[in-house]
Amino acid sequence: MPEHTFILNGKPVTVDVEDDVRLLWVLRDVLGVTGPKYGCGLGVCQACTSHINGKAFNPCSVPVKSIRPDDEITTIEGLPATVGKDLHPMQEAWLEHDVAQCGYCQPGQIMAAVAKVKQARATGREITEADLDEIRNVCRCGTYHRIREAIMAGAQHF
Amino acid sequence: MDGHNRLPQEQDEAAPHPHAGVGRRRFLGYLLAAPTLAVAAQLGEAAAGTAPAHAAPASLPELTKLFDFNDMLTDAALPTSGFITIEVHADGTASFALPRAEVGQGITTSTAMLIAEELDLPLEKIRVTLADARPELLFNQLTGGSNATISTYTPVRVAAAIARKRLLETAAEVLDAEMSTLTVKAGVVTAPNGRSATYGSLAEKAAALKTVRVAADLKPRSAFSVIGTPRNRIDALASVTGRKKFAMDLQVPGAFPAMVCRPPTVNGTVRSVQNLDAVRAMPGVTDVAVISTGVAVRARTFGQCIDAVRALKVAWGPGTAEGESDETVLRELKAAEVPLAVPPLHVLAKTVEATFTFHFASNSALEPNCAVADVRQDRAEIWASLKSPIVAKEKIAAKLGLPPGAVTVHVTEGGGSFGRKLFFDAALEAAEISRAMGKPVKLMWHRTDEFRQGRTHPMATSRIRATHALGKVLTYEQRHTSVSTDFGHGLGEIITASAAKLPVGDLAFSETIFTLTQQTPYDLGLHTQFLNEVDKGFNTGSMRGIYSPNVRCAQELVLDRLADEMGKDRLGLRRQLIKDDRARAVLDKVAERGGWGRELPSGMAQGIAVHPEYHGVVAVLAEIDCRPQTTGRHVPDACTGPRVTRVVCAVDVGLAINPKGLEAQMMGGIMDGIALTLTSGLHLKDGAFLEGSWDNYFYTRQWNTPPELDIVVMPPSSEKPGGAGELAVGAASAAVACAYGAATGTMPTTFPVNHSGPLGFEPLPTVPPIPQSPADGLDRAY
Repeated sequence: MPEHTFILNGKPVTVDVEDDVRLLWVLRDVLGVTGPKYGCGLGVCQACTSHINGKAFNPCSVPVKSIRPDDEITTIEGLPATVGKDLHPMQEAWLEHDVAQCGYCQPGQIMAAVAKVKQARATGREITEADLDEIRNVCRCGTYHRIREAIMAGAQHF
Repeated sequence: MDGHNRLPQEQDEAAPHPHAGVGRRRFLGYLLAAPTLAVAAQLGEAAAGTAPAHAAPASLPELTKLFDFNDMLTDAALPTSGFITIEVHADGTASFALPRAEVGQGITTSTAMLIAEELDLPLEKIRVTLADARPELLFNQLTGGSNATISTYTPVRVAAAIARKRLLETAAEVLDAEMSTLTVKAGVVTAPNGRSATYGSLAEKAAALKTVRVAADLKPRSAFSVIGTPRNRIDALASVTGRKKFAMDLQVPGAFPAMVCRPPTVNGTVRSVQNLDAVRAMPGVTDVAVISTGVAVRARTFGQCIDAVRALKVAWGPGTAEGESDETVLRELKAAEVPLAVPPLHVLAKTVEATFTFHFASNSALEPNCAVADVRQDRAEIWASLKSPIVAKEKIAAKLGLPPGAVTVHVTEGGGSFGRKLFFDAALEAAEISRAMGKPVKLMWHRTDEFRQGRTHPMATSRIRATHALGKVLTYEQRHTSVSTDFGHGLGEIITASAAKLPVGDLAFSETIFTLTQQTPYDLGLHTQFLNEVDKGFNTGSMRGIYSPNVRCAQELVLDRLADEMGKDRLGLRRQLIKDDRARAVLDKVAERGGWGRELPSGMAQGIAVHPEYHGVVAVLAEIDCRPQTTGRHVPDACTGPRVTRVVCAVDVGLAINPKGLEAQMMGGIMDGIALTLTSGLHLKDGAFLEGSWDNYFYTRQWNTPPELDIVVMPPSSEKPGGAGELAVGAASAAVACAYGAATGTMPTTFPVNHSGPLGFEPLPTVPPIPQSPADGLDRAY
């Protein structure tokens, strides 16, 4: 089986798995990293949202062969370390606003939120309500309103 | 500790009957023989105060006021002998295994709050886990009908109060002080002499040598400092860090991923498979087996399961809805409708008639159907989120030919339910696959299967005829006709056990449930509501509410029509007809906070609705924007359309244990109501549902979310909590529908309102049954 090496949550990992297996399954089924969730496997629901080199992406839609050895993959488990704290400010905001209901979509929501705030800043502005309307992550419990409140609050702290 | 299996000795302290006392309420429970302090209370005691069924009058429409569906669930637990147990540990924590499913509704948090209240221990020192299936609880391990808090409210507090009393007795000895002089704060007992002892230090000393029956008093509501205060969820940290473990996150040795290749039409069957050996030889694949629902594959990764499912060449037999479409089902529903009966009552009476169609909708959660199963020759172990684990255990045992005692069923945290997890489709299927392959499996349904073969809220019609004269509503008749709803998850057994006690004669199960859940908040004169079902071959279930969202939506739309014809304000007519003070209060609250009647641009409008159920009542005021610049806005691969711009909700559940959790339940119910009315439905064509992804099935997304949301939890109106999980859906779907009608000038009659329009997506193929995952994810990184 082909070997694939990349950086996962700050540490290099190497896995033996076929080229076309999507990264989500490499993370969950091979490496046992279960923060990113399966919700569709179609790049639609965004429950698996993680970061590649700081940008949000769906590991369900990326074959492992497309990941380079120097690519930094960050899952929810590795998010706090990106700011050198026990919790990322967005996670703190999530706790403050008691956002989670079942919790299944929440790792993906938080990873998307962090990237969305950074995306707005890359264009020289802060996140707006219109940006929030673009977030595609499904929350079947319908916590959308608290998600919006938490993102606006969390954005104040990083 | 396995306290519930120990038989208590009847060493009864002289205690008055729990309901005989005046003022202080004394309840019985048990000290259990155990190494550390363990106490128990009997589930069902809460129900002893419920109005007995025979006290209900024969008038069916009023029945729900006295004895509703929720009471039936509570009442069903009365004769059971199951106990719930709380343990206090040497580390100062208390633990409790809740015999209910946590699927996001927050009952582990509210239950921990009950324990914290009576035990005087901080919330963060209380650990609530989910109990395995416990058949001795009989009906008392079913999570449904918004009944979890109602049925466990008293027993959980009784157990905690007994634990506290025992800790104080022990502290009195240790601290050499009179028990009545001790004070407790945050798990520390202090004597007048200043000496103190922690619960942790007392836990083992307080342990009982033998199990004895004891009594304890519950705090009066005036002394509550935890119950009724807004608290954050106890599992929030686990949720935001990704540490919360759902069934598919468990690492069960040898349990490899498994998926099923499913038929192209609803419940189709396998005739033959042409390439079993070739698929078995695919990378990562370990096993392929034909099972009753399709062809199961097991592989090293789910990605390789998807590849294998897509590679299988299967000849399929017909399903149970072959050739059916929305139109054929609608014809069958119309043919089965119970006739309207009321003759004209008054020469001046005018009639309002309307017929509404509610299309199939998916109750799929974000976590798909899934279960881990390890079936051996003589035993089986199952892990899944289950709201009816006892029935699951019995059915799995029967399927495997094992005695129920040889099947262990662990209830895991659930990633949403909305009715789906009342059933155990994946657990049963996983057991069948594990048996067929002789190996443990981690079975997960593909998203596309969830929509196409998973359970649906059944398609239904509601026909209404109302008459009015001289400013009064004289008659109201509603005939709800629905594709059959499956209650095969244990509710049926409850009804069997309870039916003889109910004044509902020989109604069928579904008619009984309809009668027990449908409550009309308005005085509509001579009033009848009946259900008829057509038995179709669909996989159905309830969906955050059983019949209520549809029945409520139809009734509120007709009220708007009546108000218009009678020349009355839509709120004014509701205020005139509302029967109950609590309902009037929530209605007035949303009207006031929402500014009922405020001026809005043409194309925008308000709608208002009230829904009573489960000893609670909720009102919703919605504002919608149907202007072209809004309905025409473009989001890629999305359903936009009209936008609900503002929702004001007021809720009274009697006593809200956790107002913050209650607000969350209302918020979710509102998002569901918006989806049901505007966007989320399934299209049936040629025996198959067309939707196959979240970009086909339009549940509310961020771009549909109301920018303004205001939820008011009313002050307590009762000593007891009511149900909350399903409450808001009906009122929200109705208020949005009424707003839509007002904004467009046309009463909507088909739901979701976009169902008859052009299909908003390109349907995925049915063969192979699931799509391949995209490979372009890096191009879409942001």
